[in-house]
Amino acid sequence: MDHLLDICGLRIETRRGGGKAMLLDKVDLSVKKGQSFGIVGESGCGKSITANALMQLLPYPLRVSDGTARYQSLNGEKELLSLPAEEIRGLRGREIAMIFQEPMTSLDPIFTVEYQMFEALSFHNKRIGKREMHERALEMLRSVKIPRPEQTLRSYPHLISGGQLQRVMIAMAMLNNPRLLIADEPTTALDVTIQAQILELMNGLKAANGTSIIMITHDLGVIAETCEEVAVFYAGQVVEQAPAAELFHNTAHPYTEGLLRAVTSLDGDRADMGRSTSQSEAEAPHQNELYTIPGMVPPGGEWSSGCRFRDRCDRAAPRCAEALPALCEIAPGHLCRCFRTGEEVEAR
Amino acid sequence: MSKQAILRRALPGAGAALPRQSESAFILVWRDPLGRAGLCGVALIALMAICAPVIARYGVAEMHPKAKLTAPGLTFFFGSDNFGRDVFSRIVYGARVSLIVGIVSVGIAAGLGYLLGILAGFFEGKCESIIMMAMDIIFAFPSILLALFIVSALGPNIINTMIAIGIVNVPVFTRTVRASVKSVKSMDYIKNAISIGLTPRGVLLRHVTPNVLAPFTVQATLALSGAILTEASMSFLGLGIQPPQPSWGSMLSDARKYMEIAPWLVIFPALFIILTILSFNVLGDSLRDVLDPKLKL
Repeated sequence: MDHLLDICGLRIETRRGGGKAMLLDKVDLSVKKGQSFGIVGESGCGKSITANALMQLLPYPLRVSDGTARYQSLNGEKELLSLPAEEIRGLRGREIAMIFQEPMTSLDPIFTVEYQMFEALSFHNKRIGKREMHERALEMLRSVKIPRPEQTLRSYPHLISGGQLQRVMIAMAMLNNPRLLIADEPTTALDVTIQAQILELMNGLKAANGTSIIMITHDLGVIAETCEEVAVFYAGQVVEQAPAAELFHNTAHPYTEGLLRAVTSLDGDRADMGRSTSQSEAEAPHQNELYTIPGMVPPGGEWSSGCRFRDRCDRAAPRCAEALPALCEIAPGHLCRCFRTGEEVEAR
Repeated sequence: MSKQAILRRALPGAGAALPRQSESAFILVWRDPLGRAGLCGVALIALMAICAPVIARYGVAEMHPKAKLTAPGLTFFFGSDNFGRDVFSRIVYGARVSLIVGIVSVGIAAGLGYLLGILAGFFEGKCESIIMMAMDIIFAFPSILLALFIVSALGPNIINTMIAIGIVNVPVFTRTVRASVKSVKSMDYIKNAISIGLTPRGVLLRHVTPNVLAPFTVQATLALSGAILTEASMSFLGLGIQPPQPSWGSMLSDARKYMEIAPWLVIFPALFIILTILSFNVLGDSLRDVLDPKLKL
């Protein structure tokens, strides 16, 4: 299969109180060309730092301690994590673009949208003229369906609404036709109707340009709407990975299970993403009460031995405390890190 | 806080009628009554300094031995001093000295402070520690004392005075700029700029530097008044501008002996010092209201 990005054994650690704390532990992911890949998990599971590590944007005390990320660039294979500063700059914005969570603060408040779009263009195209840049920027803004592109170009960021700004951010990211778009919670700061529009827009752009997307989110709804392949992160590890449909229909890991049950839906019932509910034994007594996973994500590096989810898991068994379960293939293309699912498969 | 700023806070919805960022800071300051007063005051002093040869009726060192210590009147608007020199002319020329000293010394302080502040804020670690340590040492001295020390080491004249006042003011600028750089650095738009491929130098020059300009401008205006005041104090103590060059501070100093029989010798230079300082301070405050990003809606 045509792989665009292969992350292998990625480890990220930070310094804390004289010692080191692991934030991401041996993560393997691969993104295919033209695929949208979802990374989902609670806050503090290591989703965003994975994305930042790929762009070499990790803030100071954090660093990659192990692992590789092989990226098939236009000029051959590149190892992103150890790429010299000059080369990674050449990739940033041109081949790999990024969209952030907060559109309102992601543009410099003292310059117009035009200035900042020109900046993105001219840095990678040294000989481009003013008029050509203007044309490109306008065309891009039109393609993200900004109502008054000319006026938007001349505006300062604070004059534009959040939803429109996120469109501008997407337009800016797509200016150089990147091959990989990393979207770090692109819809979290937006309200639901705008969210749907933005996701639709991203789907459209992906279809039109063949851009691969890494979609980082904590919202399974976003995943359901955009992604083909999903990795569920918990405590710095991948706990389950599968094609989106498979993940939603044959959920294997108890954590994913919990995430799915914690999604609200309009009928007052738990949303189940079209999945038949089989876990009746764990059902909440009140149908209308929103399910929550008890406890919280342990902070980086303070993971318990054995299975890291065991303290919050309703299916935990004594053996879960003994060893860390491995990521096993329980069905073709479906990986899960749980002893219990392994047993269930064997029992069948 | 200006009326404008209060209005903007109270009526965020009435955006159309209220100032926008696209309007220049100058227009916004002009709309603020206090700011307008400050601007007028500063303009007046500047005009006086520029047109000194036209306005002044006598030379600064021109003595009228027959008219010593005359009270203010038609011949000598602000009276004459113990050598029979026209106080009005000396004050007019003194505005030149005050403004030049103020502008040049703030220029030195702001230039050095901006550079050091950006270096300290952008390149954290050892570089920052060293710079800030040096600034703390300068800060620890009372500013007049340090300025006097520098001038007595270099010799008293106008250029050394400016250098001394400049050096004394560097730490304030360094601190202001460093703090702004640090807060700007953590903004999402800096991360975005890096993620579109800008070099660290590009980020520094194109995004960090312009974004710290607002607090810097305010600081510069306020420091201007401080510098003028320091010059007056130093001249008063005899280590600033040397005679016969007129300076408001040295005029005050010379007038001490005659204060009881010729109060105008004290009143007028003091009045001009107060007016100048007040104008600059009011202008600085108004500028801060206009440029403060926290008040922008």
